[in-house]
Amino acid sequence: MTLTGFVIATIIKIVLVLAVFSALAGFGTYIERKVLAFMQRRLGPMHVGPYGILQVAADGLKLFTKEDIIPQNSVKPIFRIAPIIGAATAFIALAAVPLFPEFEMFGVTIHPIIADINVGVLFVLGVMASGLFAPLLAGMASANKWGLLGAARTAIQLLSYEVVTGLSILAPLMMVGSLSLIDINNYQAGGFTDWIVWSQPVAFILFLIAGFAETNRTPFDLLEHEAEIVAGYATEYSGMRWGMFFIGEYANMITLAFLASLIFLGGFNDWGFIPGGLAIVLKVSFLFFFFLWTRAAWPHVRPDQLMWLCWKVLMPIAVINVVVTGIVLMM
Amino acid sequence: MSLEQFKDRNVAQNYTFIPVDEPPVEPLDKFKQVVKRTFKGELFVGLWVVFREMVRFNIHTVKYPMEKLPISPRYRAVHKLYRLLESGNERCIGCGLCEKICIANCIRMDTRYDENQRKEVTEYTINLGRCIFCGYCAEVCPELAIVHGQRYENASEQRAHFVLRDDILTPLDFLKEGKQEEFDGFGAVSPNADERIKKTPTAY
Repeated sequence: MTLTGFVIATIIKIVLVLAVFSALAGFGTYIERKVLAFMQRRLGPMHVGPYGILQVAADGLKLFTKEDIIPQNSVKPIFRIAPIIGAATAFIALAAVPLFPEFEMFGVTIHPIIADINVGVLFVLGVMASGLFAPLLAGMASANKWGLLGAARTAIQLLSYEVVTGLSILAPLMMVGSLSLIDINNYQAGGFTDWIVWSQPVAFILFLIAGFAETNRTPFDLLEHEAEIVAGYATEYSGMRWGMFFIGEYANMITLAFLASLIFLGGFNDWGFIPGGLAIVLKVSFLFFFFLWTRAAWPHVRPDQLMWLCWKVLMPIAVINVVVTGIVLMM
Repeated sequence: MSLEQFKDRNVAQNYTFIPVDEPPVEPLDKFKQVVKRTFKGELFVGLWVVFREMVRFNIHTVKYPMEKLPISPRYRAVHKLYRLLESGNERCIGCGLCEKICIANCIRMDTRYDENQRKEVTEYTINLGRCIFCGYCAEVCPELAIVHGQRYENASEQRAHFVLRDDILTPLDFLKEGKQEEFDGFGAVSPNADERIKKTPTAY
């Protein structure tokens, strides 16, 4: 492929990913409200459009037209930048994620990945981790006590769980021997029984738990724990700046679902009679549903329980898992 | 929903008390508790319960302005002033008891003697912005002329709307169509009133 073709193809892919995933993030809020409502025997949004499906558009309109309030004593440039970090890192992380298997269109083979780098996992996790600057800076810049508490919780929660994510994912990476997500996917090409989740169940569970903490989802939703600290780091935010945090959070959830599917659940390999592209959509949808499911079922934990869980339970298990994997690989 | 469910005030009879163990103090007991809770799968019970409810799809939402829950006949909402069934005159005899007993001081009435030397009510207002809907007026009324109705949607733009007598008085055409139903709710004579009658203390 020529350089021009490569540039054009990449730009098209970037625009597509941005458009589709920001739309998905918006639609995710609708799905979340509906699923939570049904699990709590409510109806959820019903009045805007058929079955409330246009509620997303109404919310978007509302967020766009709301006044953009910047508090008087806040650190204004940082206050303005923080939500952009949140949304941007979430989308940048998607750049190295292979979304679908390769396919042919107009006689050209298309790789549905923006940047096929050989350290994909490292890049995705690193960019997602740098997303912690969004709530941290937002909370610290808002000149608000709840914001500051939210920022402090960001520092402890996201930083601690980075350790668990890294250690839990280390064991499957040792088995595959590559950091490229495509290689990890191809490792599981042999079908259902080749999925890494069967050889690394502990790592899978640890990765999911840490993923919940890193995307700030319910059992570990301490950054903006409504019952304790109003809205945490987002207390002073309004309008589209607040919305960008949410787009970032939902995009992160989808990224994490893609990562878990690719690393543990067989990725986009064909699954029986289901073609690979559909298989990965099904897996990602189930994991996204699982995020909402736990939100309906489980209560929040306290920050001290969170730290206890991270450092005294999950991290030792992750280390033991890595050691055992290493020993098994040596033998 | 039947009336019996509303009248049953002894809710505590269905309470079940869940035995709660003392929290562990010793480190070993704490560790045992953690292990027990980890492998008991209670988290999955929670997941199962919400999933079951989602699949059952037994939605309890009442889409309020379109559908409304039935309310008890004893519900005390905006008052009604009744008319006599045959003549269509107002039942109120202007005795002023409701005005006297009203603890929120929201009832005002003006009376005069008409040409037959009968009391006639010329003005009757209830300031619903002040009324606490205690029901004393309906209970004290000897003629069952003022009762509490079922109309609880009484938001308005002006305070003046909360005092209109014409709104609560039964309209004449409504009466002629026989739609004024005898009231069995708050302030009405109870069904077993005859059994409960006692002689006044002066009689014995």
